[in-house]
Amino acid sequence: MHELSIAMSIIDLAREEAESRGAPGVDVVHLKLGPLSGVVKEALLFSYEIACQLTPLEGSTLLIEEAPIIVNCPTCQEPRHVQSVQSLCCAECGTPTPEILQGRELVVTALELRQ
Amino acid sequence: MIQEPRLVEVRKNVLKRNDVLARALRERFREAGVLAVSLVSSPGSGKTAFLEKTLTLLHSRYRVAALVGDLATENDAARLARSQAPVKQIITGTVCHLEATMVQNALEGWDLRSLDFLFIENVGNLVCPSSYDLGEDLRLVLLSVTEGEDKPLKYPTIFNSADVAVITKSDLATAVEFDEAAARRNILAVRPAMQVFKLSAKTGDGMTEYLEFLESRRIRSRAVAEIGK
Repeated sequence: MHELSIAMSIIDLAREEAESRGAPGVDVVHLKLGPLSGVVKEALLFSYEIACQLTPLEGSTLLIEEAPIIVNCPTCQEPRHVQSVQSLCCAECGTPTPEILQGRELVVTALELRQ
Repeated sequence: MIQEPRLVEVRKNVLKRNDVLARALRERFREAGVLAVSLVSSPGSGKTAFLEKTLTLLHSRYRVAALVGDLATENDAARLARSQAPVKQIITGTVCHLEATMVQNALEGWDLRSLDFLFIENVGNLVCPSSYDLGEDLRLVLLSVTEGEDKPLKYPTIFNSADVAVITKSDLATAVEFDEAAARRNILAVRPAMQVFKLSAKTGDGMTEYLEFLESRRIRSRAVAEIGK
């Protein structure tokens, strides 16, 4: 359970970005989350609410976009989805595919700043 | 008048601070010519016994050292010190994983150029360590035969964050009816093409092959560093 420390990092990051842009606060934090990031969405949302308390982000929303795993399939020679996180095989042709193009993301993509 | 909020694009990695530190550590390891190897696994999979054996066997030919992370106690450092290699304990308190900054702090005062191999034993945990890059060249994930062959399927992320899988306690495989084929199948399902070693730190069975692999990786990373100069 390291989601609380991740939530605090998100808050720090959002706070710094808002300050550098002269915004008085943040309404929404947009986060892209991959299944291989090692972070659980529900635990992060729960932690975020607690971690926001008594910070300038209190009352803000964390909006999580779940990014699916995408691999470079050596057979199809194309970016493909996988069967599941337990089976990193091309969803189209079934080839095991170690080359991951997307799925490890833990990225703040955008902020909705208060004016 | 209430104004519409302003949407600004940011695109920043949440663990950027850790990643920046980890990259700096990796660069330091490369410059010093030391191969940094980290170990992750669940508690009780035999990390410390495996590391003690590794240090003892490498110690006669190489300069080796280890950092070992635990929530509490210095027991592991004391055990590993029996190998005669320099060992430092990192006590994380309530933190369930190592972060790059802890590694950096623990290395203070160590001359990395005086080392060939640096081992970093993470806290026993199959979840949280997967998110944190420690700057290591090689991450080993351990799976003991007593744990069950489906561990990789239950914890795919940690297996995916690692480079090599090591099946430990092979001397107990028969007693616990360990299905090696199933374990290998599951490892490869979550991490296709992953290299797998099977060994016993107790009997030494399988250790030679694994140590040869480490030595070849060290030669390779030194060659890369040499060309990069």
